[in-house]
Amino acid sequence: MRIYLFFVAMLLASGQHIAQAEVFERTLANGLKVIVKEDHRAPVVVQQIWYRAGSMDERTGKTGIAHVLEHLMFKGTRKVPAGEFSRQIAAAGGRENAFTSYDYTAYFQQLHKSRLPLAMKLEADRMHNLNLSAGEFAKEVRVVMEERRMRTDDQPQALLQEKMMAVAYQEHPYQNPVIGWMSDLESLDVTDAAAWYRQWYAPNNATLVIAGDVKASEVFALAQRHYGGIARRVLPPRRNFTEPVQLGIKRMVVKAPAELPQLVMSYHTPVLQQPEQDWQPYALEILAGVLDGNESARLNKHLVREQQVASSVGVGYDSASRGPSLFTLQATPSTGKTAGDAETALRQEIALLIKEGVSAEELKRVKAQVMAGEVYKLDSVFYQAMQIGQMESIGLGHKSLPVMLEKLQAVTAEQVREVAQAYLKDDNLTVAVLDPQPLSGKSSHKVEGAVHVR
Amino acid sequence: MFVKAELICVAALCCLTNLALATPHIQNWQSASGAKVLFVENHDIPMLDVAVSVPAGSSFDAKSGVAGMTHHLLDKGAAGLSEDDISRGMADIGAQFGGSFDQDRASVSLRTLSSVAERNQALNIMAQALQQPAFPEAVLIREKVRLISALKEAETQPESIADKAFQKAVYGAHPYALPVSGEIVSVEKITLQDLRDFYAAHYNASRAVVAIMGDVTRAQAEAIAEQLTAQLPVSDGRIALPAVTMQIPAIEQRIAHPASQSHILIGAPGMSRSDPDYFPLYVGNYILGGGGFVSRLMNEVREKRGLAYSVYSYFMPLKQPGAFQIGLQTKKEQADEALKLVRNTLTEFIAQGPTEKELRAARQNLVGGFALRIDSNRKILDYLSVIGFYDLPLTYLDDFTARVERVTVAQIRDAFSRHIHPQAMATVIVGAPEAQAENAGGKNQ
Repeated sequence: MRIYLFFVAMLLASGQHIAQAEVFERTLANGLKVIVKEDHRAPVVVQQIWYRAGSMDERTGKTGIAHVLEHLMFKGTRKVPAGEFSRQIAAAGGRENAFTSYDYTAYFQQLHKSRLPLAMKLEADRMHNLNLSAGEFAKEVRVVMEERRMRTDDQPQALLQEKMMAVAYQEHPYQNPVIGWMSDLESLDVTDAAAWYRQWYAPNNATLVIAGDVKASEVFALAQRHYGGIARRVLPPRRNFTEPVQLGIKRMVVKAPAELPQLVMSYHTPVLQQPEQDWQPYALEILAGVLDGNESARLNKHLVREQQVASSVGVGYDSASRGPSLFTLQATPSTGKTAGDAETALRQEIALLIKEGVSAEELKRVKAQVMAGEVYKLDSVFYQAMQIGQMESIGLGHKSLPVMLEKLQAVTAEQVREVAQAYLKDDNLTVAVLDPQPLSGKSSHKVEGAVHVR
Repeated sequence: MFVKAELICVAALCCLTNLALATPHIQNWQSASGAKVLFVENHDIPMLDVAVSVPAGSSFDAKSGVAGMTHHLLDKGAAGLSEDDISRGMADIGAQFGGSFDQDRASVSLRTLSSVAERNQALNIMAQALQQPAFPEAVLIREKVRLISALKEAETQPESIADKAFQKAVYGAHPYALPVSGEIVSVEKITLQDLRDFYAAHYNASRAVVAIMGDVTRAQAEAIAEQLTAQLPVSDGRIALPAVTMQIPAIEQRIAHPASQSHILIGAPGMSRSDPDYFPLYVGNYILGGGGFVSRLMNEVREKRGLAYSVYSYFMPLKQPGAFQIGLQTKKEQADEALKLVRNTLTEFIAQGPTEKELRAARQNLVGGFALRIDSNRKILDYLSVIGFYDLPLTYLDDFTARVERVTVAQIRDAFSRHIHPQAMATVIVGAPEAQAENAGGKNQ
């Protein structure tokens, strides 16, 4: 144990130092922020460009446009014909894709380090030269509709999640799915895509993250050459949302073809605003770990292994996002048990935790996992770049990462108990239940629909 | 303009080929216990990855589900440790204890910090789980109930229904047809004795492959391999599987489902890991449906017509010929159009093979992107396991790019025409278009 404690202390002391030594940043005159993470273990590099425009920036009736535009970004520019982007990256030995979330849209390529200039040339080109035609739009929006059918409409759990979000949020655009409502996808057209592109695709609304076997000084020069000439734009003002306080429990049921019921309980919770001062979001992260951080954590141990009221359980909470967050408990009731039984069991766990708090051992265990995770993440250059891009896009900045790590380690058992008491209460809660329907029921009714990759 | 682009590509390929790519230095030995060990020493990150694999996958099932349940219960009680002791013991030190399971292989894997206290604790628990599993009866009863409920759920979901019907159609009576985690009727009948017998017969040091990657020395790696395998049960002889019947009759199975999309799978037995045609088939499949956004299937089905979000083809290389599979999902109303298009694309590819230009692009991608295959400890560990388990040469990674570059258009056409017969393949459509799905439950046509 002493060796372990020493190790953590060492990591903490050095963590910040190492992180800052390896991450370099510079902002070009046009506002593009360039961040370089050097990692020389393998001769590869990843380029990620992050636009601070996600589905939460969409307007009523136009849901899904952020993600549709992401698809259209592969459909060619004035200089590079449709399909040629992917062909050139493939011919360079690269892998590429893109993803859209509530908060941002990002594009990436992974290649041998010698091919970074090609990736930059192509990515910079489509930042300002995209060709948008009605023909390509019509074809691609059909692909997106298929994606929606595959990921949401025909997936009971995803459907439950989508409808839960629509109920949990009264005002905030997180109530709309990233992929968009089907009726909106049916009515969008190429002018919506063009407007979205004009509004948000600008160097001063983007972060470029380069990670891998590169020299920061060379990357900055390369970025200046390829991205430096793109003009900055005036960005539209961001809308501010204040989700109205929920005044009582919300309950909902979703029927879909399935065998097992599902239970989702989501509580409104705060997110990080000032990483140096805040403590509640960190305590909520630790709370999630105490409940579900490993197989011996409370929910699996008590509900799945001992009481056998659930066949699986899960907890979700994300302390870092542009908008608000939900602390979500999920359970699949065991055979012969109902969603109500699972809810009762989950509520007992919460009550127990509020009454008796968490043990020093549990706390230490969760923190040990966090610290080990910091070491393991060094094995993935891509993931390290992701973390940087996310933090920048959310507005917290990558320099918050070491701060967050320290603050997580400082969370006390009493703080974990306090946030459970403060936030896991009925007035904050939305309960969603999947009511499984037999297949033969032939419910051929049309059903409406996180991160979507291209 | 096209000429110019091509010249640049050719130049790029030349310089890529000449890049001196350092492949990991693989050390290999047999432990005193008889296990095959593959080790790459690397001290960049203070962590260790270890995986132990045995030929104990679902294809060895006499009673469907026993192999999977045996593997599943390894970390749920061992020696004097309860399942909670095991998961808590690993979590306390931030170790990740997991595994994988398929038709051929059962693996147990560990990622831990390499500092002595953490490493020792993690390896001690792993050694006990692997070599002294307790198979507690109460846990078996509980896990059977959980598995059955998951299998019942899967029987309602179009993707799982399609997978199951596809394996059955392609492999008939061969054990590769068995669902990997089991059939409901036989899982219900699994007994403790089944698990003990299966474990004793299949979890043997002489058949085990130990892959070790990371921050330990050779001497430490030798001790680890011994620690993880010395106490495995001893068993005699090899366990042979029946041969796969390569030629299957043309089957089209349409299964009704209320989903909005049809899930379509097309395929047949494909190739084994040791097939001499491995590289021509692998490179050819990149062109047909393996190469992400630039494959023929993607181009025809998605890029040109917007008929699907995902469309792919792959070979699943196993000990015996694993499946060649094409898959896509599309809304019911256009399922027949998409199916016809996919079949035409395949038939044309088999008849004519790829163009020189397509082959060049495939080589560029596979050779130029080789570095991405070995850019993390995790990926290298997986290669070590595969190389050891399937008896691939230790120079597999060193040879990879040269093998790809030697593949010709004629070899691809020849290999495909011998392996893939578009007129004799299984087709499964779940959520079939209304008119034709009358014979729900799926009778062969």
